[in-house]
Amino acid sequence: MTHQFSALIVILPLVVSFFVFLSNWWLKKTGYLLALTALFCCLLLSIGILDLVIASGVIHYRLGGWLPPWGIEYYVDTLNAIMLVLVSFLSFLTAVFARKSVEIEIPEKGALFWALYLLLMTGLLGIIVTGDLFNLFVLLEVASLSGYVLIAVGEKRSLFASFRYVVIGTMGASFYLLGVGYLYITTGSLNMVDLSLLLPKLYTSKVVLAGFIFILIGLGIKTALFPLHGWLPDAYTYAPTAVSAAVAPLMTKVMAYAILRIMFTVFKAEFPVTVIEVTDVMVWTGTLAMLVGGVMALSQSDFKRMLAYVIVAEIGYIIGGIGVANATALKGAVFHIINDAVMMACLFMVAGLIVYKTKGHRIDNFIGFFRVMPVTAVVFTVGALAVIGVPPTCGFFSKWYLLLGGIEDHQWFFVAALLICTLINVALFFRIFDKGIYLHAHGQNLDAGVAAIDTPGNDAPISMWLPALVLALVILLIGVFNQVIVETVIRHAVPAGI
Amino acid sequence: MIVDAVTLLLVSKINYWIYIVLMMLGLYAMMTKKNLVKKIIGMNILQTAVILFFISISAKNNATIPIIEHGQTSSHSGVQAVDYINPLPHVLMLTAIVVAVATLGVALALVIKLFNQYGTLEEDEIIARLEE
Repeated sequence: MTHQFSALIVILPLVVSFFVFLSNWWLKKTGYLLALTALFCCLLLSIGILDLVIASGVIHYRLGGWLPPWGIEYYVDTLNAIMLVLVSFLSFLTAVFARKSVEIEIPEKGALFWALYLLLMTGLLGIIVTGDLFNLFVLLEVASLSGYVLIAVGEKRSLFASFRYVVIGTMGASFYLLGVGYLYITTGSLNMVDLSLLLPKLYTSKVVLAGFIFILIGLGIKTALFPLHGWLPDAYTYAPTAVSAAVAPLMTKVMAYAILRIMFTVFKAEFPVTVIEVTDVMVWTGTLAMLVGGVMALSQSDFKRMLAYVIVAEIGYIIGGIGVANATALKGAVFHIINDAVMMACLFMVAGLIVYKTKGHRIDNFIGFFRVMPVTAVVFTVGALAVIGVPPTCGFFSKWYLLLGGIEDHQWFFVAALLICTLINVALFFRIFDKGIYLHAHGQNLDAGVAAIDTPGNDAPISMWLPALVLALVILLIGVFNQVIVETVIRHAVPAGI
Repeated sequence: MIVDAVTLLLVSKINYWIYIVLMMLGLYAMMTKKNLVKKIIGMNILQTAVILFFISISAKNNATIPIIEHGQTSSHSGVQAVDYINPLPHVLMLTAIVVAVATLGVALALVIKLFNQYGTLEEDEIIARLEE
C-alpha cells in the first residue's frame, strides 16, 4: 500500500474534484466537506511519503508499470517530499480558513469553487511529484488554468488581471514546452533521471543551451521572477481572499522548486554553474528583484498589493540563493521556499481577516485593529516579524543561511541587497504596526479603520482565526526547531555536487 | 554555390522556418494588439507553432506511419525503427492540443465576462475605465 502513496496523492484530489463539481447540483453542502476530507487525506499521505523517504530513500513509482524512460515515472526524494508536506498542509489550512470568506465573497459559486481549488492542488502536487518533463508541463497547465479561473472570480478588477495572467502565463508555458522539445531532440528522452544521465555528454551543444534557457525563462515567468513579474501584483491583489491565501504562497514557490529540479536534477550542478554560468545572471536578477520588490512594496497603500510585491522580493531571495550556488546558500534557498510559503499564507490570511471585518484591504483599514481583533494582531505580529527576519521566527534562519552563503562566495551585492531589503521590510511592517496600535495619531482617516466599525475584542469567527494562529505557531516552531529541520531534512534536499 | 546552400537551408528546413515565423507572429500579436480577441488569436498561433515544432521533429525520410505490419521488412521481428516516424511527439501534442483548447476556452470565457463588464474589448479603453 505504502508504495502507492506518491500516485494516490495526485489521483485523490483529481477524482474527488469531479464529485465536488457534481455535488453543486445535488447535495450542495457536501462539496466543501468532501474537498476538506480529500485535502486532509493528502496531508496524511504527504506525511507518510516524507516518513518513507527519510526511512528508505528515494521513491521511484512507475505509472501503469511502464519502465522508465518509456513510461511516466513519479520520483520522490527529500526535496519533493518536504514540498509535498508544505503544499498539502497549507492547502488544508487555507481550506479551513476559506469557508467563511468564500460564503461571503462568492456565495453563488459554492461547490464549483471547491472543485477548482482541488484541481489547483492536483496540479501543484503533481508538479512536485512527477519525474517527467512533459508530465510537468501538463500538470503546470492544470494548476495554472484553475489558478486563472480562481483569480477571475474575485473583485471587479480581477477579470482583467486574470486575463493578463492567462496571456503571460501561456507564453511562459509555451516557452517551457519548447525548451522540453529541444532537450527531447538531442536526447530522445523526457524522464528527468534518464536525462541527467544522457545530458552531460551534450553540455557544449547549442541546442541544449537553447532548451535550458527556454525552460528557465518559461518557469521564470511562472515564478514571477523580476523582470517577468508584471502579472503578479494585480492578480494577487484582486483575487478572492481565499484564493490569494492559497495561490500566492504556493504557486510561485512550487515554480521555484521546478527551477531547482531542472537546474540540479535534470542538469547536474556543473552545467548551470560552470559550463554556461547562468547562476551569475540569477544572482543579479535575484538582487534586482529584492530591491525593486522592496521599493515597490513601500509605495503601496493596499495591503494585499504590498504583500504581492513582498513576494516578488522573496522570490529574489530564493532565486539569488540558488544563483550563489554553494551548499549554504542552497540550504537557505530551499529553507526559504518553505518559510516564505508559510509566512505569506499567514499574512494573506490576516488580509482575509481584515477583509472580513472591513470589506477592504487597504492599509487604512488596519487602523486600530490591535484593539478590535487581538488574535489577528498576534498572528500579524508573528508573520510580520518573520518576514522582517527577527529570531526566533523562521524567516531569520533562512535569511541567515542565505547571508552566510553570499558571504562565503563573496557576492557582496547580493548580501547588501538582502540587508537593505530587510530594512525596507522593517519600514513596511512598522507602518502597519503604527496604524494598528496608535489610534489617535490618525485623526482624519479613522473611518476606514476597523476600530470605527467594530467594538474592541470582537474578533473574526474562530474558523477563520484558528488556521491563521496555527500558521503563526508553525512559524515559531520552524524557527525554534530550525536546526533539527535543516539537519534531518533540508540538508538532504540540497542537490549533490555543489 | 552560395545560392544553392541558402536555398537548401531554407527548403530542407522549411518546417523549422515556419515554426519560427509562426512563433514570432504569435508573440507579436500578443504584445502589440490592443484587441483582446486578437491577443487570444496570437496566443493560439504561438501554441500552434510549438505543436508544429514537435510534430516536425518526429518526421523521417522514407518512413511510414508507426503501425507495425509484421513481415514488411521480411526479418523475423519485422520492426526497424528507421522505417517508422517517431510516434511519441504526436502523442505529446495530442495532450498539448487539449491544453491549448482548455486555455482558449478559459481565455474566451474571461473575454465574454470582460465585455459584459466594460462594454468593450479594446485593452486601452478597459485600462482607461480601470483608472477612473
